[in-house]
Amino acid sequence: MIAVIDYKAGNLTSVMKALLAVGAQAEATSDPDLVMKADKLVLPGVGHFSATVFLEEHGLKAAIQDRVQQGIPFLGICVGLQWLFEGSTESPHVSGLGAFSGSCERFTSGMKVPHVGWNSIEISQSRLLQGISSGEFVYYTHSYRAPVVNKTVAITNYGLPFTAVVERDNIMGVQFHPEKSGRTGLRILENFVRL
Amino acid sequence: MLTKRIIACLDVNAGRVVKGVQFVDIVDAGDPAELALRHADAGADEIVLLDITATHEGRRTLIDTVKRTARQLFVPFTVGGGIRTVDDAAAVFDAGADKVSINSAAIARPELIDEIGSKFGAQAVIVAIDARRAKESANAVDDAEVFVSGGRKPTGRKVLEWAQEAEERGAGEILLTSMDADGTRAGFDCELTALVSKAVQIPVIASGGAGTADHFADVLLQGSADAALAASIFHFGIANVRTLKEEIAKRGVSVRLPC
Repeated sequence: MIAVIDYKAGNLTSVMKALLAVGAQAEATSDPDLVMKADKLVLPGVGHFSATVFLEEHGLKAAIQDRVQQGIPFLGICVGLQWLFEGSTESPHVSGLGAFSGSCERFTSGMKVPHVGWNSIEISQSRLLQGISSGEFVYYTHSYRAPVVNKTVAITNYGLPFTAVVERDNIMGVQFHPEKSGRTGLRILENFVRL
Repeated sequence: MLTKRIIACLDVNAGRVVKGVQFVDIVDAGDPAELALRHADAGADEIVLLDITATHEGRRTLIDTVKRTARQLFVPFTVGGGIRTVDDAAAVFDAGADKVSINSAAIARPELIDEIGSKFGAQAVIVAIDARRAKESANAVDDAEVFVSGGRKPTGRKVLEWAQEAEERGAGEILLTSMDADGTRAGFDCELTALVSKAVQIPVIASGGAGTADHFADVLLQGSADAALAASIFHFGIANVRTLKEEIAKRGVSVRLPC
């Protein structure tokens, strides 16, 4: 079972629907016990980085940390990816999981913000992106971006390159919304479900 | 590279997609779920569903329609029409919408933008503006006025100021409809679109007046629009989204292709 972690930041309907569409058994939950029992974790996210404070306050962060250390597959989406880094200037007092180094920052001026729409990805080696080619388009909507780190496996350019996908062993994050990225997005979710 | 978006709009009345000019001569254009899928398969970058009557009795039907339409749709899906409160928005999100479009209710009570934005994120709030050029003014475009109630009621507010206020309050995008161009199929109002798009930092979706592929290219290039929306031309097969994208790509518009 995949636990889709509900931290009360926006709606999970689209993520749940897409996971079910690729044949996953998924359950939305805010219960750390369920996180401990799940085979895989998905941390979706639309909205503000500060919402992730809920994870800490409800014992979810500790549970996620445990499970991730045990090696179960974890997928962070959008703010869920950003949370894998150390933090974000959007909410300097809230720390992320720190699985990847660096902090997320707002897009620089001169560009339209939020970055909304379909943008292409440039891919290096990735298990999550199996069957996806560089140049394929995915749907983004975000105002903050994660830095490019040595575990960045796909980048997107918007002003500057940022991390589109990060992956270290089974810890994975995507800045775009696979649940809204048509066939390309569903294929990525399917890859995750089949890990 | 970030591509320009082509958005297919479904005007819905009592659970059916309809097309009429200014609520007159309404023609049935089909089932919303079916049409949404067809447009998405043909390469539409987003789907917008607008409840054009938004009557109290129709709310339940709308929620069912949204649910049915969202079920198989894996591209961004916006719902508008009659959303007056955070609860209205929540119901539509629960049914599977990714964004809401608010119009008259935001003019009546601008705090609605802040409220929905802070609960669901700025990316979930589109402020729709129905604009008319101020024909009596020497600066007809700069002084363009916001209309509500399907473009029938003047508000006395300037489009530019309202767009900027919407941005400040946390709107994620502006959906700008030119009431002058709407229904004419004579082209978008590029001048007005460019003015608004350059005055705000958030993306602007141009709407009203689409008739040909060149119209789309014009508003996405000269009009500085980030996206362009149309309804009827897609339903009746005048332009299939993929064909349209191939055409405007030739004019140098960057679009999602293949799609």
